Amino acid sequence: MGATPRAGDPAITPELVAEHGLTPDEYERLVRLLGRVPTYTELGVVSALWNEHCSYKHSKPVLRTLPTTAPYVLQGPGENAGVIAVGDGLAVAFKIESHNHPSAVEPYQGAATGVGGILRDVFTMGARPIAMLNSLRFGSLDSARVRWLFAGVVKGVGDYGNCVGVPTVAGEVVFDPAYEGNPLVNAMCVGLMREDELITAKAEGVGNPIIAVGARTGRDGIHGASFASEDLTEASEAKRPRVQVGDPFTEKLLLEASLELIRSGHIVAIQDMGAAGLTSSSAEMAARGDVGVTIDTSKVPVRETGMTPYEILLSESQERMLVVAHKGRELEVKAILEKWDLTAEVIGEVIAEPVYRVTEGAHVVAEFPGSKLVTECPVYHPEAREGETVKALRARDPHAVPPRPEEADPLWTLTQLLSSPTIASKAWVFRQYDSTVRASTIVGPGSADAAVVRLPGTNKALALKTDCNGRYVYLEPRTGGQIAVAEAARNVACTGARPMAITNCLNFGNPKRPEVFHQFREAVGGMGDACRALGTPVTGGNVSLYNESPVSVVYPTPTIGMVGLIDDISHVTRAGFVNDGDTIILLGDCTDELGASEYLSRIHGLTIGAPPRCDLDGERRLIDLLLDCGRAGWIVSAHDCSDGGFAVALAECAMLERDKQVGVDVDLSDWAHLSARALLFGEAQGRIIVSTTAPGDVLAAARTGHVPARVIGRVGAPDGTFRIRHSTGVVESPVDTLAAAFHDAIPLIMTQIAAATTIESPRSDASEE
Amino acid sequence: MKFGIVTFPGSNCDDDAYVAVTEALGATGIRLWHKDHDLQGVDVVILPGGFSYGDYLRAGAIARFSPIMREVIAHAERGAPVLGICNGFQIACEAHLLPGALLRNASLQFVSDMVTLRVENATTRFTNRYDAGQLLRIPVAHGDGRFTIDAEGLSALEDRGQVVFRYVDSTGATTDAANPNASLDNIAGIVNARGNVLGMMPHPERAVDAALGSTDGLALFESMLAAVAA
Repeated sequence: MGATPRAGDPAITPELVAEHGLTPDEYERLVRLLGRVPTYTELGVVSALWNEHCSYKHSKPVLRTLPTTAPYVLQGPGENAGVIAVGDGLAVAFKIESHNHPSAVEPYQGAATGVGGILRDVFTMGARPIAMLNSLRFGSLDSARVRWLFAGVVKGVGDYGNCVGVPTVAGEVVFDPAYEGNPLVNAMCVGLMREDELITAKAEGVGNPIIAVGARTGRDGIHGASFASEDLTEASEAKRPRVQVGDPFTEKLLLEASLELIRSGHIVAIQDMGAAGLTSSSAEMAARGDVGVTIDTSKVPVRETGMTPYEILLSESQERMLVVAHKGRELEVKAILEKWDLTAEVIGEVIAEPVYRVTEGAHVVAEFPGSKLVTECPVYHPEAREGETVKALRARDPHAVPPRPEEADPLWTLTQLLSSPTIASKAWVFRQYDSTVRASTIVGPGSADAAVVRLPGTNKALALKTDCNGRYVYLEPRTGGQIAVAEAARNVACTGARPMAITNCLNFGNPKRPEVFHQFREAVGGMGDACRALGTPVTGGNVSLYNESPVSVVYPTPTIGMVGLIDDISHVTRAGFVNDGDTIILLGDCTDELGASEYLSRIHGLTIGAPPRCDLDGERRLIDLLLDCGRAGWIVSAHDCSDGGFAVALAECAMLERDKQVGVDVDLSDWAHLSARALLFGEAQGRIIVSTTAPGDVLAAARTGHVPARVIGRVGAPDGTFRIRHSTGVVESPVDTLAAAFHDAIPLIMTQIAAATTIESPRSDASEE
Repeated sequence: MKFGIVTFPGSNCDDDAYVAVTEALGATGIRLWHKDHDLQGVDVVILPGGFSYGDYLRAGAIARFSPIMREVIAHAERGAPVLGICNGFQIACEAHLLPGALLRNASLQFVSDMVTLRVENATTRFTNRYDAGQLLRIPVAHGDGRFTIDAEGLSALEDRGQVVFRYVDSTGATTDAANPNASLDNIAGIVNARGNVLGMMPHPERAVDAALGSTDGLALFESMLAAVAA
């Protein structure tokens, strides 16, 4: 038996092959695999499976270099989500994924369906989603179009997660012209289950039925995964119909039904019909189980009549799942779905014959030999060579940049940085996210370096954070990759958590360009260095390449999603100073490093110099010290120094929460050998500002732990004054003034949004529905 | 004492209400399914928060037609207590268990925040464990929370002490800045004329655990316990 064309199928021509994104070599490979010319349906299937989004054909060899194991890792890469054990018989499933290209053309639905997809990845593992995070990057907010994208993405993220009822607890938002034409929208979901509830997406058991559950299949999102695997162009606007439309209400029903189904014992495996829809989910489940499958598209519940097998296979209609059930339990499966007002139809079965077969009734429209169609994809080893532009930018000496006249007053500089949208308060964003539903959020957005979510029924909590500094990765990818992991680890440690494991979302440009592939290989290498040094294996993630547009190529941005574990919630620590009189200690050391800083970017419009050095052994010692001091009860607050350097971090300690402002008096004259701007605004790594009631104990522990530590001042100053003395001057201001710069910046900019919406997008009414 | 918590399709605070009642309060919680017609002898019905039917058409507009609402309405008409939180408040208004309506927030944005409430009436069966004028810290999270009612209805609410909670600032003053959705007269929660149905936009079930930052919601559940026991 073999597949034959359907009446009305277009002829297979080189043009059609090219439209499907296959190179001539890849097409030859397909013909060899089949032993004949493919049918139109088969061409569609292969184009969906062999695009970058599904096949990782350019990234796989590099990803294999990452560490993926630890005694507590229950599920590493290759499944819908990674899973770690956290004790008490509990396990945590988590994953991060991109939805960049859809969000670039349709921000509301693009972001919403990104959230929907990552939720499904987690609950298909058997875990109930307990927290969402995100990592968003846009161009400059000076652009009306960027404001429209920003507002639409935030509303899309919020509306979807809020409706499903999963708290959005943390994230990051970065603004830089590098993301002007190609915003990054990365969403992370974290779920909780008992270890024995873990289920995978591995088709097994000859004769077992394959069941489509959830929403009906429509014509939306066809070729969405292929769209995500090419550069954005002027023509991308025309691909708006490839963006799927989300229905969070159906998702909530599907979530409850899926968990009930998994707990019922009636099913063998379950997988989201996400990117490349039915094609990808069925082929991946077959490959994992090393079995054959047959699917009859005429049995798939559809939204509209006349859909072809090609369309049904490639639709990315949202809120659908593919289930392999135990034979004979079909009625029980249907009953659970009906309880939740959802459909379930048997559309195929697991077969002994090693073949991937699709029929339309009795007519075979696609048939591939072997069970490994997914892995038949070619693997590429592109050329990697560092770009000359970057080399030149990195070589420039930041200290040679003449200060602007206004910088004579460092308070001006500090205020500029605090009001930089990348640094400024994101309350405008997270007030739109329900961060307290599920009644487990101990630390929500905006008050600590990471979110803290309680594990119900225990005294434990998870600390969660997404992080990456793309500018560092751009200027020196290996160091940048190391810092992305190290900073995320430092962030969760600041709340009192031991860093456990990461998921990553690797947002890069076109891998066929040697300078991009160099960035990719080096950044992943750097991440691996840090993961090994800090003991945080990678349990999965997502690769998003081709993040390029006619306007810009994104900074290479390997977003890290870090999960940390807090053994005892009485040790949870926030970033802000609390008590007048507490001693302020700086753990770590200041350096003369100024390269790749937010200071150079915001004040001088420059992306130059080398990023700060990353001492991974030092980072490990710093984290160990902080956790020891926290357990001893010595730490009142902890905040790491990152974008904007020491001065910004200290100001945040004083007014991160607007209604909890405190005065600060700090003296940095010990660092007289450093220039004032490097001292105040340089971004030397491995530094944490802590406030403590037991300075002697902290200093002694630091000496034992080989971590530089110095008392630098005291919380509280008359009349709420913020003061940093240094060897050549003083930065002094009422805290309230700094708080206004920090907290009002984004709301002031976004008051212009109404105008932007009408000017920039005639479709905004529909998208803001 | 039994608290019944209704799960509509799209309810997402039903688990939280259940945990608040059973763990924080130590009472019995009974899960009620929207397709059922049996209240299983519960003393109090809680209509929880969430997005019943996706808030499609209008928040609460479809859920009021769920099979179990016939029994919930009968329960209320007998004078037994019903607590509507957030989406449950919206459903109670749509079902005419409470007067007024909840409009889209004036900002047109969803608002998630910790707010301060002032207890306006501490004599209801939902608030007898509070003091009049007491300030509470309780989270809000909603897109359609702007309470409105016509002038006649408003003066009736005021005259009969039906306004139970208002949004205030940290000093207890009813300011615009303290009003997260631009509700009429900063109204955050009301009871019906008979005093047995309370609707409120803030989430007391998210304020019963000190580890989460506030236990100010617990006395609301304790009040119901005291009222039913009396």
